[in-house]
Amino acid sequence: MATQSNRLPGGGEIDRGKPLTFRFDDKTYTGFQGDTLASALLANNVKLVGRSFKYHRPRGVFSAGPEEPNALVHLRSGDRQEPNTRATMIELYDGLIAESQNRGKSLRNDPQRINNLFKAFLPAGFYYKTFMGPFRNTRLWMFIEGFIRKSAGMGAASGLPDPDHYDQMSRHCEILVIGGGPAGLMAAKSAAANGARVILVDDRADPGGQLRYEQYEIDGKKGLDWINETVAGLEAMDNVFILRRTTAFGYYDHNFIGCVERVCDHLPEPEGNKPRQRVWNLQAGHVVLATGSHEQPMVFGNNDLPGIMLAGAVRTYVNQYGVVPGKRAVVFTSCDDAYRTAIALHDAGTTVVALVDTRKLDSSYAQQLLDRKIRIINDSAIVSAQGNADGVTSVEVHSLSGGGAQRLDCDLVAMSNGWAPALHLFSQSGGKTAWDADRNIFVPGDSKQAECSVGAANGNFSLKTCLEEGSAAGAMAASSTGFNTAVQAVPAVSEIHESAYEPLWECPDPAKGHPKKFVDHQDDVAVSDIQLAYREGYISVEHLKRYTTLGMGTDQGKTSNVPGLAIMAEARGCSIPEAGHTTFRPPYTPVSMGALGGAETGEHYMPIRRTAIDSWHEEQGCKWIDAGIWRRPRYYPQSGETIRDAFIRETGMTRGSVGMCDVTTLGKIDLQGPDTAEFLERIYINHWMKLPVGKARYGMMLREDGIAYDDGVTSRMSENHFVMTTTTANAVKVMANLEFYLQVIWPELRVQVTSVTEQWSAIAVAGPNSRKVIQKIVDIDVSNEAFPFMGASGCVAAGIPGCRLFRISFSGELAFEINVPCDYARYVCEKIYEAGREFDIVPYGTETLGNMRIEKGHVAGPELDGRTTADDLGLGMMMSKKKEFVGKRLAYRDSMTGENRKKFVGFVPADGKTPLKAGAQIVVNENAAPPVEMIGHVTSTGYCVEHDHPIGLGLIRGGLDAWKDRVVYMSYPLRNIIVPMKVVSPVFVDPEGERLHG
Amino acid sequence: MIRINCPWCGERNMVEFTYGGDANNVYPGLSEETSEKQYFEYTYLRDNPCGPHLEYWHHVNGCRQWIKVKRDTLTHEVIATVPADKPVGEKE
Ligand SMILES: [Zn+2]
Repeated sequence: MATQSNRLPGGGEIDRGKPLTFRFDDKTYTGFQGDTLASALLANNVKLVGRSFKYHRPRGVFSAGPEEPNALVHLRSGDRQEPNTRATMIELYDGLIAESQNRGKSLRNDPQRINNLFKAFLPAGFYYKTFMGPFRNTRLWMFIEGFIRKSAGMGAASGLPDPDHYDQMSRHCEILVIGGGPAGLMAAKSAAANGARVILVDDRADPGGQLRYEQYEIDGKKGLDWINETVAGLEAMDNVFILRRTTAFGYYDHNFIGCVERVCDHLPEPEGNKPRQRVWNLQAGHVVLATGSHEQPMVFGNNDLPGIMLAGAVRTYVNQYGVVPGKRAVVFTSCDDAYRTAIALHDAGTTVVALVDTRKLDSSYAQQLLDRKIRIINDSAIVSAQGNADGVTSVEVHSLSGGGAQRLDCDLVAMSNGWAPALHLFSQSGGKTAWDADRNIFVPGDSKQAECSVGAANGNFSLKTCLEEGSAAGAMAASSTGFNTAVQAVPAVSEIHESAYEPLWECPDPAKGHPKKFVDHQDDVAVSDIQLAYREGYISVEHLKRYTTLGMGTDQGKTSNVPGLAIMAEARGCSIPEAGHTTFRPPYTPVSMGALGGAETGEHYMPIRRTAIDSWHEEQGCKWIDAGIWRRPRYYPQSGETIRDAFIRETGMTRGSVGMCDVTTLGKIDLQGPDTAEFLERIYINHWMKLPVGKARYGMMLREDGIAYDDGVTSRMSENHFVMTTTTANAVKVMANLEFYLQVIWPELRVQVTSVTEQWSAIAVAGPNSRKVIQKIVDIDVSNEAFPFMGASGCVAAGIPGCRLFRISFSGELAFEINVPCDYARYVCEKIYEAGREFDIVPYGTETLGNMRIEKGHVAGPELDGRTTADDLGLGMMMSKKKEFVGKRLAYRDSMTGENRKKFVGFVPADGKTPLKAGAQIVVNENAAPPVEMIGHVTSTGYCVEHDHPIGLGLIRGGLDAWKDRVVYMSYPLRNIIVPMKVVSPVFVDPEGERLHG
Repeated sequence: MIRINCPWCGERNMVEFTYGGDANNVYPGLSEETSEKQYFEYTYLRDNPCGPHLEYWHHVNGCRQWIKVKRDTLTHEVIATVPADKPVGEKE
C-alpha cells in the first residue's frame, strides 16, 4: 500500500485519526476523513488521473472544485458505476473505488495516445468536415467512424438498472441564498435576523467557501471558527433552512431554482431509506447569488501536463487538506492572489523555485516573498512546459519585454490568470453580463428577476467587501419581501489591499504553435483551433463554441470560456466585450438523470386509473391494456387461448347470446340548466331541442376548423338535465372545451357542466339475450314497447336505487348500458354476471369491443384522426342545414368537400383469408414502380366472426361511390406485403339495423 | 416555473393551468351573417408578439375557470390576470 508521501504532518481540515482505504485503477491507497478523491490522490503523489478527450494526452488534477475539466473518473463499480464524476467534488469514504476514463487497458500505456502524434489531422471542425466530405456514407467511413467514436469519448454508463432511488421536494422561501461563503453567510444572517424565511444552499459538505482554505482572521478569531459560529447561529433559527452538498444547477422563470442535493453520495451506499440524491424545486421572493468565482488558467505550451494546476487550488490542497502537490514549485501569475499560494507552499516546506509575474509592478505581497527568499521574476511568462505522463519537469520562462529566456526545473506549476465571477446562475436568470474594463472581468449586468449578486460573484473579491455586500443584500432582500431592513454589523477583518490584476490571455509563442497551448482542457481545444475557427469565418462566440466545442464539456467551460473569447477577440482585433459572451444554460454542473426523474420510475412513472370494477376483471383473469392512464381489460383468455382466439370467442358468444363490458372510461359530463338544449345545438352538428325526455341521441362535435372532433351519446334525463358521453381519449379535452364556450364565448347561457366520469360506473350488456338479463336486474319494464331503442331512464338496479339505464348499442346488437353510482359498481356487475349465467354471459374486453364496432362500421379514434370531416366518415347527413354550430362554416370549405376527399369504406381481402394491416396504404396498381400514388389507407382491422373472414375499415379517395366492389391493393412496403382487397360497405353485420331495434 | 395569479384562487404554480391560446382573438359568433373569412381568421390567424401578450389560461387543476393572462412572451413576466369575460384593462 502506497504511503501518503505528499501529506503534511499537521494542518488542514482532515481527520488524521480516521484513515480511509480506497482504490484507484488497480492500486490501493489511503486517505483521511475530510479528503476529496482528488486531495487523497495528490497526497499519494498520483499525478496522472486521466486521458484527454481527443488526443488522449495525460492529464492530472487541475482544480479543487466544481470547475474541474481533467480529473473525471468512473466512481463505484457494478450497477452503481457513475461516469464523469469530478474527483475534486467526491468526498472520500472507506472502500471507495474509482477508475480512470478514456484510456486503453492501462492509463500509463494508453495505445490511443498515438492520437497525440496525429493531432495535426484532428483540428477543430474535424468531425464536421469528415462527415460532409467525399467519404461520407461510404463503407470506409462507416468502418473508420467506429474507431473515432471509440477513441473520442467520456466515461461509460454501467448499462445496468440503477439500484438507488431518488426524490424530489419543493419549498418556498422569501430569500434564497446560493453559496455559503462569507458573502452568502452574511446575507443569510442579515435576512434571517429580519424575520424572513431563508434557505441557504451550499455545494460542499459544510458552508464556508474560501474561508475553509484561506488563512483569514475575522473578529480576531480564525476564519473557520467564525464560520462554525455563524452556521450554528443560523441553524438555531426556525426561519433558516440550510441545504448542504447541494448545487443550484438552474435558474428559471419567476425565481424558480432547481437544486440537487447529494444526500448519500459521500457514503459507499445510501443509508437506510434515504435517496441517493434529491432534487429541490425552490421558489423564492428574492435570490442572493453568492456563487463565488472561478480562477482562470494561463495559456502556454503544454499547459495541460499533470502537475500544472490553478494556484488557488494548490493553496486549497495545502491549507484545507494538508497536501503539497509537489516538491519544487513555480508559481505563475498575473494577479496578487497567487502570491499567497507561493507563501503557503513555502511555509509548508515546498521549494518555491520562483514566482513568475507577468506584471512589471511590485505586488503588495512582494516583501513577504522576499522575506522567504522566493525569487520573483517580473514582466515574464512561462512559454512552454516540458514533461511526460508523470507530470511537468521544467518550464521555459521568457521576458515579455524580449530576451531573457530561462528554464526552471519543477514538478508543480501553480498558475493564476485572475478570477472570473461565476455568472452562470445570473445569466440563466435572464441577466446580461457586463464587461468591467477597470477590473478586466465580466460582472453581472442589470437584474431581470428579483435577485442580486454579492461578493466574488459580483466581482468584489476582498473579504471585507464580501461581508459588507452580503450583509447589505440580506437586509435589502428582507425589506423587498416585506420584512424589516436592519443591517447586520460586519465583523472586523484584516487583509492586504491587493495590487491590480493585469490578465495575459495568451502567453508568447516563440516556437510558433508548438507545443499546443490548451484553452479548454476537457474538450482538447487549443489556441490553434480558435485561430483556425477565426480563419474559417467562425468568429462569433456562438459559432466558435459550436465549431471548436470550446466550453461544451461537462465543465461547461468554467476555466476556458473567458480565455477562449479573449483569444478570439485578439484574433479579430476587437475588444473582449465586442467579441461577446456565450449564453450560460442550465445545468451549472451535471445532474444525474435519476435525480431529475425522482421517484417517478417504473410503476410509479404514471398513476394508474382503475375503474370501480377493476378487481372483478382481475379475478376473471383478464389481460390489461393501457387506455391513456386508465387500465382496461383487453380480453379474458381461457386456458391456451391466444388474443385472437379470445376475441373471436368473445365476439361469437356476445352475438350468439350475451356479453358484458366495463365501459366506465367513456367521458361522462352532466349538463344542467334551462339553456342546456340550446348549448347542445351549438356544439353538436345535429339537433337537440326536440329530443324528448327519456331519450338518448348520438351526437358528433366538430373542431372550429370543421374537422370531426368527438362523438358519443347524450341523453335527456329531464327537461333541463342532460348526460353526455365522450370518447375515453377526449374526455378531458371536451370538458375543458365546454367550459371555454360557457365561460368565455357564451357566458349568457345558463348551463352548468360537471365531469361525472368517476362518479358513475358503466356496464354495457349486449347480445340477443341482453334484454332477458337486464330484466332480471332492473325494476323497469325493458320490453321493446316500453323501452325502445335509444331509451334512457332512471332505475333501481339489483336493489341499488339511483341507477340509469340506456338502450344504446356500440356492437350493433340489442344492447343496454347501465350506469351505477361507482360505490355499487362491483356489486351490480356481479349481479349481472349471475343473472347472465343461464345464458352463458361472457365478459369481453376492448379487443372485442373494438372488433364488434368494426364489424358494425362505427367510427372511433383511428378514423377520428384530426383530418376527417363528418362527411368523410359517412355522417354528413347529420349536419344540420337549419342551424349554426361550431365548425359548420369551415367544414363546408372547398378543400373539405368534394369528390376527392378520402371517405369511409370497408375492406375485405380478395381471397377471404389474408389479414389486413391498420396503417397500410392503398394503391390502385399492384406492380407500379415508385413513386406510387396512394389513394387511401386502412384505419382499423378486425375479424368478422359471422362471415368468417378478415375485415378492415379505411378511407379511400372518392369513397364507395367510386370504388364499391372494385379491387384495390393494400400496400405495406416495409414488410413487402401487397394484398388485393375488395371495397365494400363498412357495415358488415346487420346492415338494416334490425337487431338493435328488435 | 411561472406563477399565475388566478383571480379566484390567488397565486398558483403554472402546473395547475393549461394554456388556451391568444385571448385577443374574438369569437365571430355563430350566425349566418358571419363570413367564412371571419371564421378562418378566428381559427388560423395569430400574432406572435415578442413582449406583452394577452392569452387564455385554464385553471384546470384548481377552480376550473378560464382566465385572461397578460404575459410577456420574452421574460415570462405575468403583468395582469382577470376573469376571462372581463377586459384586462380594468385591472391595470
Ligand atoms: Zn383558480
